[in-house]
Amino acid sequence: MLKIRRIPLSALIGIAITVLFVLAAIFAPWISPYSDTSVVGDVWEPMSAAHWLGTDNLGRDLLTRLLYGARITLFIAALATALSFTLGASLGLTAAVIGGWFDEVLSRFVDLIMSIPTLIFALVVLSVLPVNTVTLIIVMGVLDSTRVYRISRAVAVDINVMDFVEAAKLRGEGRIWVIFREILPNALSPLVAELGLRFIFAILFLSALSFLGLGVQPPMSDWGGMVKENKDGIVFGIPAALLPAAAIAILSISVNLVADWVLNRTTDLKGGRGNA
Amino acid sequence: MASGLLRLVAQRIVLGIILLVAVSVLIFVGTQILPGDVAQSILGQSATPQAVANLRAQLGLDQPAYIRYFQWLGGLLQGNLGNALSNGQPIGPEIAMRLKNTLFLAFWAAAVSIPLSILLGLIAVRHKNGFIDKLISASTLATISLPEFFIGYLLIYFIAVKLQWFTSVSTVYPDMPFLQRMNAIALPAATLTLVVLAQMMRMTRAAILNVMQSAYVETAELKGLTQFEIIWKHAFPNAIAPIINVIMLNLAYLVVGVVVIEVIFVYPGMGQYLVDHVAKRDVPVVQDCGLIFAAVYIALNMLADIFSILSNPRLRHPK
Amino acid sequence: MPDALLDIRHLRIEATVYPPDEPSHDIVIVDDVSLQLEKGRVLGLIGESGAGKSTIGLSPMGYGRGGVRITGGEVTINGRDILKGGKRGLRRLRGKEVCYVAQSAAAAFNPAHKLMDQVIEATLKHKVAGRVEAERRAVALFRKLGLPNPDTFGNRYPHQVSGGQLQRAMTAMALCSEPDLIIFDEPTTALDVTTQIDVLAAIKDAIRDTGVAALYITHDLAVVAQVSDEIMVLRHGKLVEHGDVRQIIDAPTKEYTKALVSVRSIEHEEKRPHEKPILAVEHITAAYGHGAAAVPVLKDVSVEVCSGQTLAVVGESGSGKSTLARVITGLLPPREGKIRFDGRDLPPRLGQRSRNDLRELQMIYQMADVAMNPRQTVGTIIGRPLEFYFGMRGRERDKRVAELLEEIEMGKGFLDRYPAELSGGQKQRVCIARALAAKPKLIICDEVTSALDPLVADGILKLLLNLQKIEDVAYLFITHDLATVRAIADSIAVMYRGELVRYGPKSEVLAPPFDAYTDLLLSSVPEMKIGWLEEAIEGRRMQSAGN
Repeated sequence: MLKIRRIPLSALIGIAITVLFVLAAIFAPWISPYSDTSVVGDVWEPMSAAHWLGTDNLGRDLLTRLLYGARITLFIAALATALSFTLGASLGLTAAVIGGWFDEVLSRFVDLIMSIPTLIFALVVLSVLPVNTVTLIIVMGVLDSTRVYRISRAVAVDINVMDFVEAAKLRGEGRIWVIFREILPNALSPLVAELGLRFIFAILFLSALSFLGLGVQPPMSDWGGMVKENKDGIVFGIPAALLPAAAIAILSISVNLVADWVLNRTTDLKGGRGNA
Repeated sequence: MASGLLRLVAQRIVLGIILLVAVSVLIFVGTQILPGDVAQSILGQSATPQAVANLRAQLGLDQPAYIRYFQWLGGLLQGNLGNALSNGQPIGPEIAMRLKNTLFLAFWAAAVSIPLSILLGLIAVRHKNGFIDKLISASTLATISLPEFFIGYLLIYFIAVKLQWFTSVSTVYPDMPFLQRMNAIALPAATLTLVVLAQMMRMTRAAILNVMQSAYVETAELKGLTQFEIIWKHAFPNAIAPIINVIMLNLAYLVVGVVVIEVIFVYPGMGQYLVDHVAKRDVPVVQDCGLIFAAVYIALNMLADIFSILSNPRLRHPK
Repeated sequence: MPDALLDIRHLRIEATVYPPDEPSHDIVIVDDVSLQLEKGRVLGLIGESGAGKSTIGLSPMGYGRGGVRITGGEVTINGRDILKGGKRGLRRLRGKEVCYVAQSAAAAFNPAHKLMDQVIEATLKHKVAGRVEAERRAVALFRKLGLPNPDTFGNRYPHQVSGGQLQRAMTAMALCSEPDLIIFDEPTTALDVTTQIDVLAAIKDAIRDTGVAALYITHDLAVVAQVSDEIMVLRHGKLVEHGDVRQIIDAPTKEYTKALVSVRSIEHEEKRPHEKPILAVEHITAAYGHGAAAVPVLKDVSVEVCSGQTLAVVGESGSGKSTLARVITGLLPPREGKIRFDGRDLPPRLGQRSRNDLRELQMIYQMADVAMNPRQTVGTIIGRPLEFYFGMRGRERDKRVAELLEEIEMGKGFLDRYPAELSGGQKQRVCIARALAAKPKLIICDEVTSALDPLVADGILKLLLNLQKIEDVAYLFITHDLATVRAIADSIAVMYRGELVRYGPKSEVLAPPFDAYTDLLLSSVPEMKIGWLEEAIEGRRMQSAGN
């Protein structure tokens, strides 16, 4: 069903760039020209043969810092997305199928949490919690799981009222079968697209937190932290801070392109040629 | 107005208030989950037990949580927002000044982005699937994926530093002349506008498209009406409600975007205030700011709901 | 032909399709169709879905829905080729010389404006009359079309009136500007049978009184026979047959036309009820919701189905027939009464029933599209009941699936296909096979042919009757279509607003004397007979005069 030639160009570009970033993040220690903590040049040197992207505010090689930054950003974002997705999707699907008070209580609670803007809530909570990687992952994961809950519940509810689900229930199939064999296969497409969008959001959110000084703490630096470190150079015409920001932008756009493509391929549940 | 309608609106308002109270509890609980002791953290490891005990009593930490919650809530309702932990200054006046600044910035960003997004949405629908539509779609997709600080620093780099059209730091102070104030917020407002515009434009396009594809628009066309008459008399009255809904939802989104923008441009608003004090672990300030942001967010969502109710012809003219 | 109002020659309409993962290509929707229509004549366009009748119907307005475009031929109205007149010419024509009555009036009216404003809009736009005169005309039309409170009807909003009234309001809107030609696009398809007859009569009267020419599009030959002077039969975008209405109905020449005319004339010998009911519904009362807010939907309903026979449950929307199915399957426990199946009491709730109980009672749905999991192949769909109920696996199961596929007249090649690749009739057949796989004693058929084209539906009914003989399975056949009931039922239950109005063997139920509702229902079903409509209206008039 999946032919390479049939994939639109935009999605192919998106996939290619995303894969590139992931590989760069994984192999960062092996492909970086320098170490990520040692000072190897002057502060904010322009791009040159020795330093392809110049140096940062302390004289460290920017390219190296970017590669290591990719590692940290993608690592934390991936784990946070995994957490938000597992938590949100399983609760959302279950709530849709079980219904009753479980659904009511959980949905009201999620509504309550979503009444506070995510960034604000994160800031409030981070003002009292110790700021380390684990906390970040948990806070981001739990807060974002609300959105995943809502969307997986909505998708599951839509599927749940279809006749083929009722047919399975009338057959006598148990709940496990209904969730995993009837509902889930049909929920995959929109959920996979949502996974991509959540991943982008995790990257953007983490970067924003680090930029505000509340995310990844030095000496470790994710892309958002790198922007913070180099932002003072902007006023003097040093574009160093734009590079990590651009990296975030490029990765986000790429994943967006892929998610768009997946969404467009969602099988129309009422497909068919009518009554011919 | 039908009494049934009034009842629905009243219900929604009551729901909003209940939600606000629940959120205040949530925020309060959120700041109480610190493992360890607040006073200890403030004074550091080397503090004497006596000093810690004194600070605890001074902060009222020896009382159970729910009492402290009601004290806080009671204070809020009387207009007393308490004092900051870091410098002991009253929070109220500070927030009042900063809130004005933030609202000023948000207002101008909204004033530009709302008409622009509607216009772009209309243009995109007019040239649906044509080159212009695809161009607008692609640029909005790109803009949504960009972090706010990217857009912000990009603007600062090219417009403030290279072109020197505006300043890169947006300081404002009370009694600043209007034009000068506008000059100061030009870049931050532009950034905020760009951030929100992309999101809003996509949603207005979808809302307008939905209406344009309705059967009653086809009926109008089959009656021989001109394109303008169709859009003005048939599409527009039905598109207002979803568009206003989109606007309200995105204004709520604006509230959050303002935080990062204020830090980028060093603008003395609520956002910067909150961020500074989160780093300082100044719980009273964080609680108050958090609640105010949440209240604005809830109020905007509530207004969106109420407007949906009021503009639904089925509810305005019941059977 | 001199002075033809509408002259279509060699019309060719194409569309571009964009299948997923494939390059887009063009398909022909209408292929070389020609027709002429004179003033005051009514031409019926009949065909199944996909025949292109709506597409042809919209061509006199130069309009194509969804990216369809006219690529060949001429369309001449009152002597002008409208395809060469440009956008301006079309706008002058639409709503003034040619008007359109859509299939779904509910969607076609703007919810934000009052009905009067919309009804007179085209008249005012084209300056056919001033506001006062236009409103006067509208009120007169409301009155003629039998709408309640014609003087104030226009002040209401679309959501405040019923579907049948909206359909008539749409007809008034089309007539208001006194056009030369009106295009009726399936105007009564979405209405209940008893409402349909009134709207049909109103339309026919209005056409006759105003002398307007009309194109009447429908898939129901019996309906079109009531209002048309000529009939044109279409199939896959091509003309099959065109002639005077009498000729088409009484002496069709083409095979396809003959099949359409003889639809639902399936021969079926009625079986007399015997001693052993397989299903006994006893004094069932059911409601939705709890306590004081409960909405009663079934009141004291008792019916029986004998093994190997068919009970048809007939009623319009809101009669409770589908709710009865939900009670029988255990999805809605009744307030009172019980269900007995094969001599034993069935627990009222689905969860309380044994696997065997569930196996012996199967259900087939109206919309086969959503009754099958789109991610499962035909083989999996049919095979699952075999695994689940009989523990069949591997080769044994595959063999049985192949047998079932043969029984539903589809070959082994369908094993690996997905539902989206099947036609409407094929999908329903797979659903039938799935039900049969469980070797049930009773199958509930919930409007299984209502969403299918008449000829395809006939095929399904014949298949069901055949299977009944082979497998000795009973059917509880829920439908609103009396023609179907006549064709396949052994006994009939007529329901109205949750109550059982008439019940018994088919020959008894369908013979007079009738109660008021059954009489209304039976007399409202259009028959493939010229002049049936006038008789039916006359019959109603006499009845109310006699009361």
